[in-house]
Parts: sequence; structure tokens; C-alpha cells
Amino acid sequence: MSVTPQGSPPANPNPDGQNDTSAPGSISDDPSRADVKSSAVRAPATRAAGSDMFGASIGGDTSGFGGLVRKAPAGLSTPRPFGGWFDESVDALQESFSGFGEVVPRVVVDRGELTLHVHPQKVAELCSHLRDSEDHRYEVLLGVSGVDFPSQPERLHVVYHLLSMTYRRRLRLETAVPESSPHVASVCHVYPTADFHERETWDMFGVVFDDHPGLTRILMPDDWDGFPQRKDYPLGGVPVEYKGAQIPPPDERRSYA
Amino acid sequence: MTTTSGSTRLGDGPSDPYASSRRTTEGTVYTVTGGDWDSVLGEDVTDERIVVNMGPQHPSTHGVLRLVMELDGETVTTARTVIGYLHTGIEKNLEYRNWVQGVTFVTRMDYLSPIFNETGYSLAVEKLLGIEAPPRAQVIRVLCMELNRISSHLVAFATGGLELGALTAMTNAFRERELILDVLEMITGLRMNHAYVRPGGVAQDLPPGAVQKVRDLLEILPARFQGIDDLLTGNPIWQDRTKDVAHLDLQGCIALGVTGPILRSAGLAWDLRKVEPYCGYEGYEFEVATATDADCWGRFLVRKQELYESLKIIEQALDKLQPGPVMVEDTKIAWPAQLALGADGLGQSLDHVKKIMGTSMEALIHHFKLVTEGFRVPPGQVYTAVESPRGELGFHAVSDGGTRPYRVHVRDPSFTNLQATAAMCEGGLLSDAIAAVASIDPVMGGVDR
Repeated sequence: MSVTPQGSPPANPNPDGQNDTSAPGSISDDPSRADVKSSAVRAPATRAAGSDMFGASIGGDTSGFGGLVRKAPAGLSTPRPFGGWFDESVDALQESFSGFGEVVPRVVVDRGELTLHVHPQKVAELCSHLRDSEDHRYEVLLGVSGVDFPSQPERLHVVYHLLSMTYRRRLRLETAVPESSPHVASVCHVYPTADFHERETWDMFGVVFDDHPGLTRILMPDDWDGFPQRKDYPLGGVPVEYKGAQIPPPDERRSYA
Repeated sequence: MTTTSGSTRLGDGPSDPYASSRRTTEGTVYTVTGGDWDSVLGEDVTDERIVVNMGPQHPSTHGVLRLVMELDGETVTTARTVIGYLHTGIEKNLEYRNWVQGVTFVTRMDYLSPIFNETGYSLAVEKLLGIEAPPRAQVIRVLCMELNRISSHLVAFATGGLELGALTAMTNAFRERELILDVLEMITGLRMNHAYVRPGGVAQDLPPGAVQKVRDLLEILPARFQGIDDLLTGNPIWQDRTKDVAHLDLQGCIALGVTGPILRSAGLAWDLRKVEPYCGYEGYEFEVATATDADCWGRFLVRKQELYESLKIIEQALDKLQPGPVMVEDTKIAWPAQLALGADGLGQSLDHVKKIMGTSMEALIHHFKLVTEGFRVPPGQVYTAVESPRGELGFHAVSDGGTRPYRVHVRDPSFTNLQATAAMCEGGLLSDAIAAVASIDPVMGGVDR
């Protein structure tokens, strides 16, 4: 392995051809690796592999353990039974919500939390049902946020956290849209609290919530370019000198991810 | 009013209707003059209808909150909150640090309730890892959280009192808060931004004398609370300024996702410590404070009651303290730290360093890797919530299996509760808008993150 002098990252991110997809830990195009559970993707490290201070192409991990990738088939639901109240609740939804199969292609139970993967245009419809149906009563939307998976075709995920005070249950809805057409149905008319949250998700990820009453930036200035929470948006920073040594900015430090 | 826009513009720079501009050697210089509302609003301007900007640095806007209010006489017809002035990109920064370092960032979000931020984040990481902190660590967390809840509510009274003109409430409440911060400083090393609660437990055990100091505090505080109580509760001006002001009923709270004292002031005893206990809260006896007024007065009563309930919890926590570890035993997660107070402050104990350096090369390597790389967290996503002084503080943490968070989103209660400003203010008087924002008690560090 060629070692680049410290402090000067190689101009060529792939100095000695080690960045082929078969190398352990590198981002694979193999679809069987593309998705582990709901969001368990071997997403790229937050910086390009191979641009590390030492020129290592697999994320700087020298132990070898960093290359261990758990394989799981893509896009599958958790097999039944889910356990707890999940089965009963999902059954009830399946019965009462028409077109459940198309609207909710995946149901994932992980770490005691239920996630429904929803079609982006059907989110509001499903939320409305979940709020009003006697079997569910998800009265409160706690928040909306995004997660960016640049390696996936539908890279922008939007996550909703619902709470049923009646049944004391929590539910997560997740939907994914491509960068080229990032349109999700707004849930503002179902849950007025979504107003700020959807604005924040637009601001940070560039997800467009159709029918939102005023989708403007909320945390960043109105004339800001880009969407800061996307993975390809740089963190920024300058090197600082500490006790005579140059410390690179956080996004250029060694990454073991 | 005169419109001066563009009148002195030289050259052909970009035209701005609100500011004249001229070219200098340093570039285009704009002169913002104001007084141009008539050109913005058009014809239908009456003398009574004005748009007022409050903040982002107004003393009664709780930090850098900006309120844009349209007034008809003294009545607020629309109220909008403008936020983002304190956005520091904490969520983005977390993605470039390892899981343990994240604590140092989240503690700075809602700077009045740092222990809650740390605990909520640590619980999320622990849920991802599938571990649980040892009992003593849980008790210490509860102890610190309740101390923190008192200090946070005291600031709510202090700033709320200041904003409504009760200046002595401010001086007194800040004085009592300092007593609590002294104890937290003794336990954690810092008054605020403690970074004390870590994934897997807490950074270090209670120092000698801490329990006694907390017990002393329990002796002092009830009388001090009574002092604030005497200043405000029976005060007719305070009552006039808060009763029937900024009403928001239960339905409104739920539609707007409002939690915490505001929700409880509307009559619903929704407290995550009771309904979804964490950190062993099911083992403590306390009441959930509620009111039925659903106004600023009700929120004041709820917060006041919670002070006393927190004292009860602290007392029980002290009794529950049993000797034991304060960090998980798994050395793949717990930092091999044995902290001691040295000449230059708190740091790794020299004996421990000597042992590692002198006798165990493996321990040295392990230590080095754990501190530089951090531990790996199995892929997945979780949502955990704690009852912060302002409501449900939720952490949505996503891991891709690496040593750094893939994404952490914080559902800050202030952020959501601020949306209730319009519902509380519109139709009321301008002076009541101040009381409304004070009763929401937003902390802009948490709102903007």
C-alpha cells in the first residue's frame, strides 16, 4: 500500500488501484449489499474513500475489522410475527386502509420499533387514516426529519415520528424520493405541527413537500445555496495550529467509518 | 414617510427597492433607510396597522428569536416567529465525530438543560448498541436531570419575570439557580455543557462529598422556592399579566405537537417519565403536575409544582444510590478512563497511565484505538425520547455500522412549541405576546441547533 506523506492528501483518490469494488469495506454496487434493514446501508463514508491522510482506500481502518459488512437482502420486510402489539396493529391497518400493499411496501421491526415504508405521495393519506382510525389514534406528529443515502437511487429519505397518546404507541413512517424529483405529500393539513418540521427538512435536504402552505427555509438564510445536511455538502472548516502541529478541519481528518 | 430607494444609486449595480446603493472602491455599499413601508404595502395603509419587528436581539424575546407582528392598534393580528439566528450545524457536526464525542455537541443545544440532551442522546446510542447503563449510572442520571430541571425552570421564572417586569423574580431565581449549578459543577466539572452523561453510563462517579452537598441543597431549596412563590404567586400584577393570557387548549396543543408544561397546563398529565419510563423512573414516586387553566398562569403553576416534585425525586435518588460501576463493563465501549484531579485539572489518573504504559502494551493499543477510532455501532435507526423541562426531547439516530453517527436528528421541544406562538398571540394584546413567549420558554440554542 502506498503511503502518501501526511498532510498532503493524494490528488488521485485511488492511488494504487485499491479502490475496486471487491475490496472489503468499499462501497459496493452489489444490490444484495445495498440495503440492510431499514436504513442499515453501508453508505459511503462521509468523505471519499482513499482521500485519507495515509492514503488508505478502505476508510483508514488498519485493523481489518472495518471491512466486515453485514449482508442482507435489499428491500425486504421483517418476517412475521413481529411480536408485541405490532402484528395486531399492522393487521388492523391492512384491513382498514385500502391499497395497503402498494402504499406500504415494507414493514420493518427493529429494536422494538415499528417502521412503515410509505409511498411518498401517500404519506398524507396514510397519516390522516392513522390519526382518525379508532385502531390507531396517532394524534401527535412529533417530528419530520430526513436522512440522505447518496448510494441509493432514491437517496432522500423522510422520516415521520408518530405518537399515539391513547394507546401509548409510537410509529415511524419512512419514505424515499430521488434527488431528481424530491416530492413528498405534505402532512401539514393533517398535523399542523408539521409546518416547521417540513420547512426544516426542505431547508436541510431539499425535499419538496407538495401543498405545504409556505415552504421556505427556516434555519438557513433565505438566499442560501445548497442543502447542508446532504452527505455531499461539505462541513467546511479551516486547519488550526495546536502546539505547533497543524490539525486539519474535521471533515478532512482520518475517518474510520 | 419618504421613499429613498434607489435615489442615490450610482453605476449599474443590482437594484434594491429597500436600500439605496453606491459604488465605492470596496464594492457596492447599500444604505438601509427604513421608512419605506408605504411603498411595500401599497395603498391600503391605515394609521392603525403597523408591522413590528421584535428581535432578534430584543431583551424580551428569549435570546435571538425574532417576532414579526402585525398590529392593529395594540392588538396583534398576525404573529410570526423567525428562527435560525443561532443555527450552529450541530447535527451536521455530529456526523464527523465518533459516537462518544457526540455528547460534547448535543449538550450545547438546549443550553439550559444540557443533562437532558446528553441523556437523550446516550439512550439513543445505547438502544442502537443494545446495552443498558448500570443501575448506579441510571440513578446519577436521574439525580442530575432533576437538578437540571429545577435550574431550567428557575430560568423560566427568571426570564419570564424579567419580561413581565418582575425584576426581583429574575435576580432571586438566578441566585437559586447558581446553587444548583454549583452542585452540578462539583459533580461534572462544569456549570453548563457538562458532557457528563456518556453512552454506557456517566463519565465518572460522584466525587466525595457530592451526596452531602446535594442533601444540603435539599435543605435550602424549599425555602428559596417559597421566596419566589411569595414574590409571584400572590402578586396581583403577576396574576393580571398571566391569567387568561395566551390560552391554548388541549386540542390546540395536540394539533401543534406541543408537549411539556404547556400540554400539562391544558389538563393532560402526559409526562414521559410516567408513561414511558426510562432510566428507572418507574421506581420513583412523584406526581405529574397539571393545571386546567391552559394559560400562562397554568404553565406557571405547573412549573412551580414541578420544582417540588423534582426535589422529591432527588431525595429518592440519593436513597437509591448503591455502590457499583457507573459505566458498562464492556471494554469495547467504555473508555478505559480512570479520572483523577491533577495539577492541570481533571484528567487520566497517573497511576492508571503508568500501569498501561508500563505493563500492558495491549491495553495501550486498545485504549488508543478506542479513543481515536471509537466503537462501532450496529446499523439501524432508533428514536428515543426523554421528558426535558420543555417537553419531549427526541433523538432519531441512524447508524450505518461505523464509528460515527450516520445521522442524528433532534426533535427539540422548543422548536415545536414555538409554533404555538401564533395561536397564543393572535387576537391578543401586544403586551400579552410577551407573556405568551415567556410561557413557552423557548431556548434558541435548542430551536436552531
